[in-house]
Amino acid sequence: MYQYSRFDHEFIAERVAQFRAQVARRLDGSLTEDEFKPLRLMNGLYLQLHAYMLRVAIPYGTLNSRQMRQLAMIAERWDKGYGHFTTRQNIQFNWPKLEDVPVILQALADVEMHAIQTSGNTVRNVTADHFAGAAADELADPRPIAELIRQWSTDHPEFQFLPRKFKIAVTGSPNDRAVTRAHDIGLRMTKQDGLRGFEVIVGGGLGRTPMIGKTLSPFVPLDDLLPYLEAVVSTYNLLGRRDNKYKARIKITTHENGIEEIKQRVEAQFAKIKLRFAGADLQLLKDIEQQFAPPKFRASSEPVEADSAPAQSPAFRAWLDTNISAHKTPGYAIVSVSLKKPGATPGDASADQMRALAEIARNFGHDELRISHEQNVILPHVLRTDLPQVFQALRQADLAAANIGLISDIIACPGMDYCALATARSIPVAQQIATRFQALKLEHDVGPLKLKISGCINACGHHHVGHIGILGLEKAGVESYQITLGGDAGAEAEIGTRAGPGFGADEIVPAIERLLLGYLQLRLDRNESFLEAYRRLGLAPFKALLYPQARKAA
Amino acid sequence: MSVTAISKVVTANDLRSGEVLYLRFPHSWTPELARASVIKDNDLAKASLAFAQGQPNAVVGAYLSDVIDKSDGPKASHFRERFRSTGPSNYRHGKQEL
Ligand code: HEM
Ligand code: SF4
Repeated sequence: MYQYSRFDHEFIAERVAQFRAQVARRLDGSLTEDEFKPLRLMNGLYLQLHAYMLRVAIPYGTLNSRQMRQLAMIAERWDKGYGHFTTRQNIQFNWPKLEDVPVILQALADVEMHAIQTSGNTVRNVTADHFAGAAADELADPRPIAELIRQWSTDHPEFQFLPRKFKIAVTGSPNDRAVTRAHDIGLRMTKQDGLRGFEVIVGGGLGRTPMIGKTLSPFVPLDDLLPYLEAVVSTYNLLGRRDNKYKARIKITTHENGIEEIKQRVEAQFAKIKLRFAGADLQLLKDIEQQFAPPKFRASSEPVEADSAPAQSPAFRAWLDTNISAHKTPGYAIVSVSLKKPGATPGDASADQMRALAEIARNFGHDELRISHEQNVILPHVLRTDLPQVFQALRQADLAAANIGLISDIIACPGMDYCALATARSIPVAQQIATRFQALKLEHDVGPLKLKISGCINACGHHHVGHIGILGLEKAGVESYQITLGGDAGAEAEIGTRAGPGFGADEIVPAIERLLLGYLQLRLDRNESFLEAYRRLGLAPFKALLYPQARKAA
Repeated sequence: MSVTAISKVVTANDLRSGEVLYLRFPHSWTPELARASVIKDNDLAKASLAFAQGQPNAVVGAYLSDVIDKSDGPKASHFRERFRSTGPSNYRHGKQEL
């Protein structure tokens, strides 16, 4: 795992000291809120509905056990004993006090973490495939590139005042788990003539104008990647609109100028700046790569299958079915720990649970943890023979929900329970849908399903790319929930289609229930997933399920 | 049922904790909406807001919020303000801990 360089340490220490002084000056009245607000946002500190919120970056979603324990300590000591993991591989603390934030930032710096560039018009936390470095299907670990990008973009003098925020996601696998087509830049590792490089996708994004990213270059060799990215961001920096916040993201720049125009400008810029890089970036990348060397996997001589393990309770079997993914090393598995126990708040983990996860990672997982954009925790390297013990340990921490990829594995943004921008709540809707389907015992019958909920048009909950998306809005003074269908966050990313008028807070769960009970009738057989059935049949039959009155009236 | 007038309170967040606060005449802040002073006069509303904005070392982001004036104190008229006056629905945190 990447270890901070001396430069990193000094930079972070300086920023903590600066912020400590800024908070002191705010509290003694020498800074006004107008002066202070941009400073606190630069350090990830928002003011939400009921309290401040501190957003801490988890670069490319990677944590070690020491960092996880520190997050638990922070949650307990300065917050209310829990943290909220987000779709951008950040953790948010919902209740810090202003005067405690400098100490919290120091505690983060102690374990090589920070909250810088988690806000503002900068390059934000670089996200990556949460199975990076472990997945059986990946070409190579994308995290060294993500770390290179983090170093290049952190405090980059030219990119501190971009037209708007800028989000980059990286994957090393053709099975896109990083939603690269919904980012300002998405990078997909590919190979050409034996050479490693990336497909560069630009102009994706969700929010009020959702767009699927377009391929800017099908192949940029690894050696050229950083100058190429620099060319993209500086082209955007010049060309991006600053007159209208809603038209400022690169998705609009691309849309308005056309991908060809962007491509020409990027290539001209690239030709100009490439020489300036002079290979220093590649030397740096080599150093970084060494720090991401895979752990020393224990070769297990007997091909022990977890299936032959003694602790074969039905609960364990069910968990194996849903929460385990293929690892690149024989004898190993990737474990997804669900933070979506029905009724729980999606993405929340208590301090005790964080410590349990740290402990399990240390004992059974080569000390590695990942946070997924789906708001779950990943143990990327677990020996299959250890799975029964890992399951037991997770169970003791109330973390053994066997529902990865099923309907109760819902992405939900904080919504109006916390977020100052929200137009409706999202957490209670997620809780009710999950508990309802648990009660119906239909979750496994319904099978693979991505349900995603946002509490406003900003789409932090990725509702546009949910197989079923729910968007919370206000209508005539009450909460109203709009359903979109057919979205997809995978390699063939797609924006969902609005199904029709919104549902009231007490109608949304029954509507989802009708929709899915109806799907069970509509599908060809058990193997046809909700998304596949939708693609085969189109919107009409699903719309009829959602709005039975309309059909009767017609 | 009697007609309830639309009335206003001044609300803001506490500078130190971020907690939702309400102005209580003459010069104090209360975390309880029920104890907030209800303002029914436009000039008084303006003056009260100006007073709140003149306390940058105590509160942040002051604004006027519509309430329904009930006998047991003001109630939020919009659901967002209702959530602000109670706290999140997933945990008994914030004001619900009191
Ligand atoms: C609670 C405080 C939050 C605030 C104030 C906030 C603010 C925003 C805003 C203003 C946008 C729209 C940006 C734009 O389209 O230009 C946005 C988009 C987004 N936010 Fe948040 N957000 C918050 C929490 C979260 C959380 C908790 C998550 C993850 C669970 C998240 C992830 C995202 C994502 C994925 C997008 C869509 C990005 C895109 O348009 O490409 N945010 N957020
Ligand atoms: S989608 Fe809206 S409500 Fe949800 S976290 Fe983002 S800004 Fe807040």
